[in-house]
Amino acid sequence: MTDLPARLAALRAPAPARLAPAVLARTGLADAYATRPSPLGPVFVAFTPKGVSLVDLAGDPSRFEAAYRARFGRGLVAVGALPTRLAAAVDRALGGGRTRGVPVDLAGLSEFQAAVLRRAAEIPPGEVRPYGWVAREIGRPGSDRAVGNALAANPVPLVVPCHRVVRADGRFGRYSLGADANKRLLLEAEGLEVAEHEALAARGVRYLGSDTTGIYCHPTCRHARRITARHRVELPDDRSAARAGFRP
Amino acid sequence: MQPQALRRGSWYQGGAVRGAIALGALPAALAADRDGAFPHLVRALIDGIYSGALRMTGSRADAEDLTQEAFVRAYRALGTYPPDRIRELRLREWVWTIAANLCRNHERRRARRPEEALDPDAAPADPGAGPEEDALASAEGTRLAAHLARLPWAQRAAVVLRHVTGLSYAEVAASLGRPVGTVKADVHRGLQQLRRLLEEGR
Repeated sequence: MTDLPARLAALRAPAPARLAPAVLARTGLADAYATRPSPLGPVFVAFTPKGVSLVDLAGDPSRFEAAYRARFGRGLVAVGALPTRLAAAVDRALGGGRTRGVPVDLAGLSEFQAAVLRRAAEIPPGEVRPYGWVAREIGRPGSDRAVGNALAANPVPLVVPCHRVVRADGRFGRYSLGADANKRLLLEAEGLEVAEHEALAARGVRYLGSDTTGIYCHPTCRHARRITARHRVELPDDRSAARAGFRP
Repeated sequence: MQPQALRRGSWYQGGAVRGAIALGALPAALAADRDGAFPHLVRALIDGIYSGALRMTGSRADAEDLTQEAFVRAYRALGTYPPDRIRELRLREWVWTIAANLCRNHERRRARRPEEALDPDAAPADPGAGPEEDALASAEGTRLAAHLARLPWAQRAAVVLRHVTGLSYAEVAASLGRPVGTVKADVHRGLQQLRRLLEEGR
């Protein structure tokens, strides 16, 4: 028999490459990221113990890691999978657009930016709201342009659906993840009737009201969509809605 | 951006830690800057801890979990120690104290649920061997690893620490919290038992 101690020594095995990064991620000394599928193709999803911190179209890993270091001053390590619970929430958001309640880590953003993103995350899939709506909702009416900037700088696109916030005239406007056209693609994938939406927008319709309830809302809102054609009233702005006796 | 953050960031390149700190210099480095030095501690010890845990538990998945847990606990413990105590730490033994405890607790849990079989994939690494030798050595190694995983805990832990991870008897004794004479006897009995099992298996 060969020397038993030598054979025992040969049982040494190097730790799998993912193990040290996983340890550092768990101690909070590095954050981690994994690749997930999305309607726009694979995306990198970085996360901290608090939630998703950065999302981008999957490309060169070292560039994504460098961008992360530059932005957060922390290491970023690739892992095979997101933690189970986070993975379920992220895949719901990326797959079906159910973005509500996905944990995000918005550390480093201003209070205003974070408020904009948190409100945008509440817009249901397949619906859109104008920038001004977000501004009013977070108690900063008139700050439409700042809302636009905050959404353009969204570090976690798709997970916070900045694609559901559009121009006041109903046109989709710009989009930061890849091409502007991706915004339309995402909304279509979520079930928005893009042609119908654009036809209404082109006619100058900003709201739809119901002549039975006297309530009006944004055209893509699920309540507005329930109004039957016979009772649907097209409204160009708040003032004319109020004049016609509608309430929001 | 903080200089500290910049510096820490620069130690990662594609997930690897750049620029090693030798194990001997690590207690002082950890006492001065726990977060900065901890990745070096992980890098210095992770292969040994993983190998030992793999051979103590006989399962890759369990070894990965236990190794992670040991380092996470070590990191948290360092946060509660005063710098003087950190400077005095014998790091390999200290991390092994944590890891061996976790492995033993894991063993006890598994003893209560005996239906869990050993991982047949827990084959040994065979650094430096060619493909042919590799296949041969793997088959032999797998058998040895299986016998090892069936030794009584005290013998298995002592044999693994002494001969798989290469700790000295003094280090094994400190890691397991037992007298040197006892671990020597455990290693001796463990090797005897392994030889017997290997001969019977032929």
